[in-house]
Amino acid sequence: MGAKTLISHSMRIAWKDLTELFRNRLGLVLLILMPLFMMAMIGFIYPSSNTTISNMPVGLVNFDSGNNTIPSQAFIRGLQQINSQTHMLKLSNVSNMAGIKDEVQKGDLDGGIVISSDFSASIMNGEQGTLTIVTDQSNPTIAAELQAALSAVFDQMSTLLAQEKVQNLSSTVTANDSLAVVKPYDVQTEGVVPGTPSYFNFIAPGIMMMTVMMSVMTGLPVAISQEKEVGTMDGMMVAPINRLSIILGKALGQTTRGLLQGFIIMALAIGLFGIAIHGSILLVVGLLLLGVFSFVGLGIVMTSVAKDQETAQMMMMTLMFPMMFLSGVMFPIQSMPWFMQDISKFLPLTYASDAMRKVMVLGAGVSDISMDLMIMIVFGAVMIAIAVPLFRRMMTR
Amino acid sequence: MVNLMENESIIDVQNLTKAFNDFVAVDDISFDVKEGEIFGLLGPNGAGKSTTLRVLSTLARPTKGTAKIGGFDILKHDNEVRKLIGIVSEKMIMYNRLTAKENLIFFGSLFDIPRDVLKKRIDELLELVQLTKWKDAQVGTFSTGMRQRMNVIRALLNMPKVLFLDEPTLGLDPQSSVEIREFVKKLNRENHTTIIITTHMMVDADLLCDRIGIMDHAKIVALDTSTNLKKMISGADTTILKLEIGNLSPDIIQAIQACGCTDAVTQENSTHLKIIVHGNEAFDSVIDAVRAKDGKVNSIENLQPTLEDVFLHITGHEVRDNADQKIPMEHHRRFGAAPNRIR
Repeated sequence: MGAKTLISHSMRIAWKDLTELFRNRLGLVLLILMPLFMMAMIGFIYPSSNTTISNMPVGLVNFDSGNNTIPSQAFIRGLQQINSQTHMLKLSNVSNMAGIKDEVQKGDLDGGIVISSDFSASIMNGEQGTLTIVTDQSNPTIAAELQAALSAVFDQMSTLLAQEKVQNLSSTVTANDSLAVVKPYDVQTEGVVPGTPSYFNFIAPGIMMMTVMMSVMTGLPVAISQEKEVGTMDGMMVAPINRLSIILGKALGQTTRGLLQGFIIMALAIGLFGIAIHGSILLVVGLLLLGVFSFVGLGIVMTSVAKDQETAQMMMMTLMFPMMFLSGVMFPIQSMPWFMQDISKFLPLTYASDAMRKVMVLGAGVSDISMDLMIMIVFGAVMIAIAVPLFRRMMTR
Repeated sequence: MVNLMENESIIDVQNLTKAFNDFVAVDDISFDVKEGEIFGLLGPNGAGKSTTLRVLSTLARPTKGTAKIGGFDILKHDNEVRKLIGIVSEKMIMYNRLTAKENLIFFGSLFDIPRDVLKKRIDELLELVQLTKWKDAQVGTFSTGMRQRMNVIRALLNMPKVLFLDEPTLGLDPQSSVEIREFVKKLNRENHTTIIITTHMMVDADLLCDRIGIMDHAKIVALDTSTNLKKMISGADTTILKLEIGNLSPDIIQAIQACGCTDAVTQENSTHLKIIVHGNEAFDSVIDAVRAKDGKVNSIENLQPTLEDVFLHITGHEVRDNADQKIPMEHHRRFGAAPNRIR
């Protein structure tokens, strides 16, 4: 049986699969909705540099007492002034710590600010005034964001206060000079390519890559086990065709579906979320295809192992989640603990999404991502070498 | 159907065994099928009929032994075997979202039939089963009967010399079953197609098959023509009687049961009894018993043993299962029982 008939049979099977797919209206709609939801959800929920918290309910406890409370009054006024510009917080007065705890427990507050009883006195005496940020431990993300936001606010207020004090020391000092004394470093941020960094830039290439690769890795076992269950697989198996053309045809069909989804994601990323592709489109397509190649083998292995559709679905879920999180598609690998970073080095999706990100966002060329490409090719080849004998055995039980 | 080439076996099964881990589904069976024959494998669900068919049609590998189809070994020359065979299983092998024609073109194209030949053949086959009108409708919209007809012609795309039919009438209404049987007969008569059919319905086996292999617990326990199989009973000392008693009462039934010669009594309706008796004086003693209770015997038929009786006789148990065999069984009794032999 020649390679030509093998390919022609594969094409027939792929064509049949795609015809079925396109007749399934609801399936088609979902095919487009799924990546759209995924992009929108993840892209909007996770913060990029220009997104900030807004209207976070925070309780304010003022323990400051004594004869002179001007510094604490000034602090509160300053806080309100800054907040009226940024609308980050929704401040409310609370009488004591227990009050904050109570409100946090009820869910009315996300945290609190406590002004210590000797705040004004300390400031007047030329000492540091103590402020406490109360956080909600049940929600670490909110706690961290509140802390970061308040620290920024307090930092800004401290700077202003320090500037004022420096200026008070000498009348010749201008506002700019005083700033140079208080904050000698002016930190500026600039990207290697134009544009502000956005979380979409980070996530779109990864999701695109993931969708395409998952389509062969998970779509293949599901598609084949389904045909086995319905019985249509027998119809192909009794035909005098190479067993490989069945899996090749199925893979081809699933790849086309995956690529289609990938392109939808790309179009959405560009059209809806304003992502620019800095690299060559051809290289992007090439990367997607290479991603498919590197996962086909794994898909066939899973097909050979999964006995029915249910198992195939469960295997898909089991593998998909670690892949999604460990490959740095959604969260940077750098922010993971060391052992997870080590695991992520063994996942081909790590390299694929990394390469895709470099090409799409940074405009990298082939030579820049040669290491990623090599790893994907080797992984794909090794997996196919393992998969083919396994599959042959499965087909002729 | 008597074959011209009497000695030519198109299927030759040698010590075939198929086991799934510890479970032996087919246990060392051997048989051969002549070209142009209709061969039936009869037995209850789980007897190993379908597994035998799957192995023969290259869908499963035998654990031990092998078989040859048209001279080709099912293991060594599987693709040659596949060119010769067609399979119709109880599962509908077709894609619901494709039209009838698209389905047939897809499966046909896997056999490398030239496109124009294939198209002509598909038109003929659709016409043959009266589906031409629906050729461009998606098969998902078809009725069960239409789907089964599609399922059958799909298997005929490569004009197989051997057609495997796995429970082809399962779940079909009597009308559709008759159609399928007629179609199979016609195919065998006109195209000289060898047909292997598995069924747990006696009526299928009896009406269709030249020879029947009775399978039970992974073994072929008997193999012969339907007539010869039935002779196993009639040759023995057993007689099946059907009595019509005008004033049938529980008393009379009890009296018959009390006869030493009675094996079984079944009441078919308010006036008819079917009894299985043995021994030479059986007939007389039953009549005596009825008369002793003032019963009026209106008529007596000596029933031909059915394949079901044969199965019971050989295996010691009934073809266990199942509701859908009841209707055809009644057909069978009505038409199959002839009052021809009174001892």
